[in-house]
Amino acid sequence: MKQYDIVIIGGGPAGLAAAVSAKKNGIDRILILERDKELGGILNQCIHNGFGLHTFQEELTGPEYADRFIEQVKELDIAYKLNTMVMDISREKVVTAMNREDGLFDVQAKAVILAMGCRERARGALNIPGFRPAGIYSAGTAQRLVNMEGYMPGREVVILGSGDIGLIMARRMTLEGAKVKVVAELMPYSGGLKRNIVQCLDDYGIPLKLSHTVIDIKGKERVEGITLAEVDKGGKPVPGTEEFYSCDTLLLSVGLIPENEISEKIGVEMNRATSGPKVNESLETNIKGVFACGNVLHVHDLVDFVSEEAAAAGKNAASYVKKEHPEERNGREIRLNPENGVRYTVPVTINTARMDDELTVRFRVDGVYKNCYVSAYFDGERVLHRRRQVVAPGEMEEMKLTREQLLQYPDLETITVKVEEE
Amino acid sequence: MYDVIVIGAGVSGAAAARELSRYKARICVIEKEEDVCCGTSKANSAIVHAGYDAAPGSLKAKLNVRGNQMMGELAKDLDFLFKRNGSLVICTAEEDLSALQELYERGQINGVKDLRILSREETLTMEPNVTDCVCAALYAPTAGIICPFELNIALAENAYTNGVEFRFDTEVEKIVKSEEGYELHTNKGIFRTKYVVNAAGVYADELHNMVSEKKIRIMPRRGDYCLLDKAAGSHVERTVFALPGKFGKGILVTPTVHGNLLVGPTAIDVEDKEGINTSREGLEQVMEKAGLNVKNLPMRQVITSFAGLRAHEEQGDFLIGEAEDAKGFIDCAGIESPGIASCPAIGEMVAQIIRDRMGLEEKDNFISTRKGIRRPADLSKEERNELIGKEPAYGSIVCRCEMITEGEIIDAVRRPLGAKSLDGIKRRTRAGMGRCQSGFCSPRVMEILARERDMSMFDITKSGGKSQIVVGINKDAL
Repeated sequence: MKQYDIVIIGGGPAGLAAAVSAKKNGIDRILILERDKELGGILNQCIHNGFGLHTFQEELTGPEYADRFIEQVKELDIAYKLNTMVMDISREKVVTAMNREDGLFDVQAKAVILAMGCRERARGALNIPGFRPAGIYSAGTAQRLVNMEGYMPGREVVILGSGDIGLIMARRMTLEGAKVKVVAELMPYSGGLKRNIVQCLDDYGIPLKLSHTVIDIKGKERVEGITLAEVDKGGKPVPGTEEFYSCDTLLLSVGLIPENEISEKIGVEMNRATSGPKVNESLETNIKGVFACGNVLHVHDLVDFVSEEAAAAGKNAASYVKKEHPEERNGREIRLNPENGVRYTVPVTINTARMDDELTVRFRVDGVYKNCYVSAYFDGERVLHRRRQVVAPGEMEEMKLTREQLLQYPDLETITVKVEEE
Repeated sequence: MYDVIVIGAGVSGAAAARELSRYKARICVIEKEEDVCCGTSKANSAIVHAGYDAAPGSLKAKLNVRGNQMMGELAKDLDFLFKRNGSLVICTAEEDLSALQELYERGQINGVKDLRILSREETLTMEPNVTDCVCAALYAPTAGIICPFELNIALAENAYTNGVEFRFDTEVEKIVKSEEGYELHTNKGIFRTKYVVNAAGVYADELHNMVSEKKIRIMPRRGDYCLLDKAAGSHVERTVFALPGKFGKGILVTPTVHGNLLVGPTAIDVEDKEGINTSREGLEQVMEKAGLNVKNLPMRQVITSFAGLRAHEEQGDFLIGEAEDAKGFIDCAGIESPGIASCPAIGEMVAQIIRDRMGLEEKDNFISTRKGIRRPADLSKEERNELIGKEPAYGSIVCRCEMITEGEIIDAVRRPLGAKSLDGIKRRTRAGMGRCQSGFCSPRVMEILARERDMSMFDITKSGGKSQIVVGINKDAL
């Protein structure tokens, strides 16, 4: 069985950045396993620009952004296998994978980085009633068909969900010659980035209907139309508000779900709020030496932050392999507690002995809050208190904690992160 | 001139065709859709009922029990998945105990083996997620779960192997009595036959009424279902039914043979024979009532919902036999629940009627077995690598949710009566059946289908007809 120091599952933005970082931190035997036919993951179908502003201070397209990392992977001579599906993984970190050339094979890893990304929620998860004709696609599937294969999935489009992929696809479909009639969003606010609403909908005169959902799909063979209705605060359609839109295509952009089937196979403990693993300050799961980063950990809005997070995971995995943090150096385990408007935090625990000088805590809020404060309480004491004009579920938040700061509180048990009015 | 034309390639038609293919006769199956298993047979509870439900003496009772007995052997012969997981009918009120007892006695009369009434404790030990309100349950160990697509496809493939012709996209518009039998006028021309088997599901009344003065009426009765992720598949091990009561048979909760969890169906009479659209009320009812007999159902894990139409005949029983005033026209109508369980016996009964009427002789070269699509997931590592060595396509995963390889998809397309659409591939291999509901694999599956069938991407459909997936190329309308 081939031995590797670090096996990275997934060759998308997270896997690539983790690999580069691990290599730069002194690890040589790294293997990336990628199921698709090329590295880069979902970036390959994101041909719009807007990537890399934080990482490269440049505006790149998805494939260009991916290429920057792919080039580094090649320069650093990091091994990868394409068209290779990870089939199984054991507690002992034996990774079983399969492809056409090698068949089913095992590799032994000292550390594993989970970087499988996420998938889109499908129609079924929303229980949208009606027929089940052709013409209903998740926004990402349509994006692949249009941007990578060059095929138009339809001519007249309604989009349900205002997640970023849906917004991007509203613009793309318009540019490719389709008529996008409306984007409907169940929630009273958009799930996407503000800049995408402006650049993808407003600029093209595509209406966004908040608090609306699809209540019926017409068409037995191919979609012929859909019915939208307004929903009340409980998400129930309001009778009398039905509106029919004739269309041949319904795109769904109704949420992303981290793909953790492999993680669950080895008993990685999951966070219900993120559908990703619970991780500590090192982005390590409850299983020693198994790390997670990118959209498999929690769904991000910006790939730049995925790269940043993945670089941390790669560095931490390298430390683990080099045994830089022996267990006896047991620092204090501080728990992070999301409360009052904060849905989750990544990480969920911090060990002061293992943490870097500065740690980024990422989190999302559960609704739109205006003129509020985002605060961190160290046990009872409010330590961080930052005024925000607006926070929204569609935009990931972050907070920096320093090691020095935490060490000033030797008895600290819990850091509570919350949204406050004052 | 055919000896027999079977109208409809659902489980009844396919089972009848397969049984008839034992005999020396020229047989054709005519199907209006592009594939087998496109109507009621594809959207149901996928249950092989034990046989205690139907009234003693009814055809439903007789054929259900017989079909259930035949299914084990048939599954081996035709290589499809079937599991006797047992079923429980849950009684939650003391005053209903007599109804449960009645069901038990009915089962005894119908000839269902090994039925037992379980106490509350026995039930909860056997199935811990059954509601705490349970006071007793009827346990039927012979009940089972099945893949209805595979059952239907296996029967049809085996019939084809034994010389039965299949005509798809062929819809019967008119039936004319002729000297020797019948002329079937279809959108693809006229077919002449001595005998007709009317296995047209919800349309069986229309066909029957074309030749008979004794009219029948089939009311499509829609059932809405929700299918849950495999992560929820072991929530119950057995099929859990409500006690049939004032609300009908009620919503069942069952694992599927592939490890998902299925809940449903509703029972809503509809006029439209193509009305397989789910409704909000229906789906809400499924969500709400499923919890009555099984606790802690993880309804967050629904991956898809669908509806099927039961071909409910007004008399309430299966209607199988020669129409009184139309010699040679054999009805196989009103096949609703327990149709899946009964289909082996239905096929046998229909074939015997025709054999006796025509004096058919048995073939000596009937092939009774069929091999299904190879499932690499069931192979050992060594076997799997040997397969990949010979056919590398088996090393390439296309559907990541169900872990289906390109090799399986190619097999599904190339085999007899092979798949022509995405749904055809899905029913044969499960590619696209998983939690992402074909989001990731559909572009790949389209590519493979186009290559294997040498067709344009624009001709690839979800399920035949006008269900194209892509309609043009970028900017072609600008």
